[in-house]
Amino acid sequence: MIALLARDLRLAIRAGGGFGLALAFFLIVVTLTPFAVGPNTATLSLIAPGILWLGALLACLLSLDRIFALDWEDGALDLIATSPLPLEGAAAIKAAAHWLTTGLPLTLAAPVLGVLLNLPPPGFLWLALSLALGTPALSVIGTFGAALTVGVKRGGLLMSLIVLPLYVPTLIFGAEVARRGAEAQAIATPLAALAAISLACVALLPFAAAAALRVNLR
Amino acid sequence: MSSPAAASPPLHSATTSFDTTPEPLRLAGLAVARGGVPVLAGLEAEVVPGEALILRGPNGSGKTTLLRTLAGLQPPAAGTIAPGAEAMAYASHADGNKATLTVQENLGFWARLHGLADIAPALAAFDLAPLADRPAAALSAGQKRRLGLARMVLTRRPVWLFDEPTVSLDRDAVARFAAAVTEHLCRGGLAVIATHIDLGLPHARTLDVTPFRATAAPGDAAHAADAFADDDGSAYL
Repeated sequence: MIALLARDLRLAIRAGGGFGLALAFFLIVVTLTPFAVGPNTATLSLIAPGILWLGALLACLLSLDRIFALDWEDGALDLIATSPLPLEGAAAIKAAAHWLTTGLPLTLAAPVLGVLLNLPPPGFLWLALSLALGTPALSVIGTFGAALTVGVKRGGLLMSLIVLPLYVPTLIFGAEVARRGAEAQAIATPLAALAAISLACVALLPFAAAAALRVNLR
Repeated sequence: MSSPAAASPPLHSATTSFDTTPEPLRLAGLAVARGGVPVLAGLEAEVVPGEALILRGPNGSGKTTLLRTLAGLQPPAAGTIAPGAEAMAYASHADGNKATLTVQENLGFWARLHGLADIAPALAAFDLAPLADRPAAALSAGQKRRLGLARMVLTRRPVWLFDEPTVSLDRDAVARFAAAVTEHLCRGGLAVIATHIDLGLPHARTLDVTPFRATAAPGDAAHAADAFADDDGSAYL
């Protein structure tokens, strides 16, 4: 399992691996927001948690189709499926590699970008915490969507249509944690819900992704 | 996540042992299907350790589907395969190499996935040592193929399944491949190889899949296959 994780991370940072793509996209979305809504700092403060969460979510979506498609095209997925590593394990590792190359950098960058959107000071910690809790769910849900569409030529759009509705609960509770945090309100309830969504996704979806892969490899 | 084989595998050198004891490969009444369409039916075969089975048949006759079924990538439509997929190592048309990784990194990944640490036997078997630090993207088609085949040496599985292994290999590389398979057979392994050329393996039996082609009349497979061939021919007249 470590071998697959190490290989995926190494591939991500090599030429054409797509590492940094999501981060750059996130940066651009957040930078463009003040141009779109105007420089009024009060307005920006109000929408900052939501924009940062939405930007992170879309950036995450951007790199999902690479999770299985590249291994499918060059035949490596067949060979991984016939290796001693169970497909459930492979799906979990793929999700972990995606999170390490996408979710984690987004989480670390979000507080910095919060400055650009005039995020109120109490919000920084809770924004980072909500992304740290929520992005694993985004990665693992995306892995499931990628597994469903792995055999489809240019299935990226189809995958987005499948995955985006599944992202709704994570987005609602994640952005709610960040918003309440920024307004210094009680955050226990949405934080617990976000953690529950993340844990349930991480626990269950690798099995669903493996089942989808088995069907698509036939 | 429970993965006894992959979590903390014991590290062996590549040539010592197999993951499972080699046992005869038995196909009994095996039928395989591609996308729900029956391709081959009524396959019977037995291959003992140390023996290779050469699959022959025209393009599209179902050799690849049969190999994918043996590898456990799809379930058989009917019949049984023994032993199970955990005894099989599969080399498909595609080599599964990553273009941006070096030869060494590619082989190292497959070795670790199969619980091995040492890739030297694979490099030696296919003369890849001089290319070890080259990215797979910079290899020729034949060198890529050799890299794909070298992976099989690192699997420790008793049954090797090859799908057209000699495509784009030169004569020397074909000889190396035959030598690697022969060594595997001498250690008590088995091999099933779909190929159109004569590899000169010591203990090889040939199975022509043409008579087993599944058609609308399953009772008379051979006759129906002839009719199928006629159809193909007339389409081009």
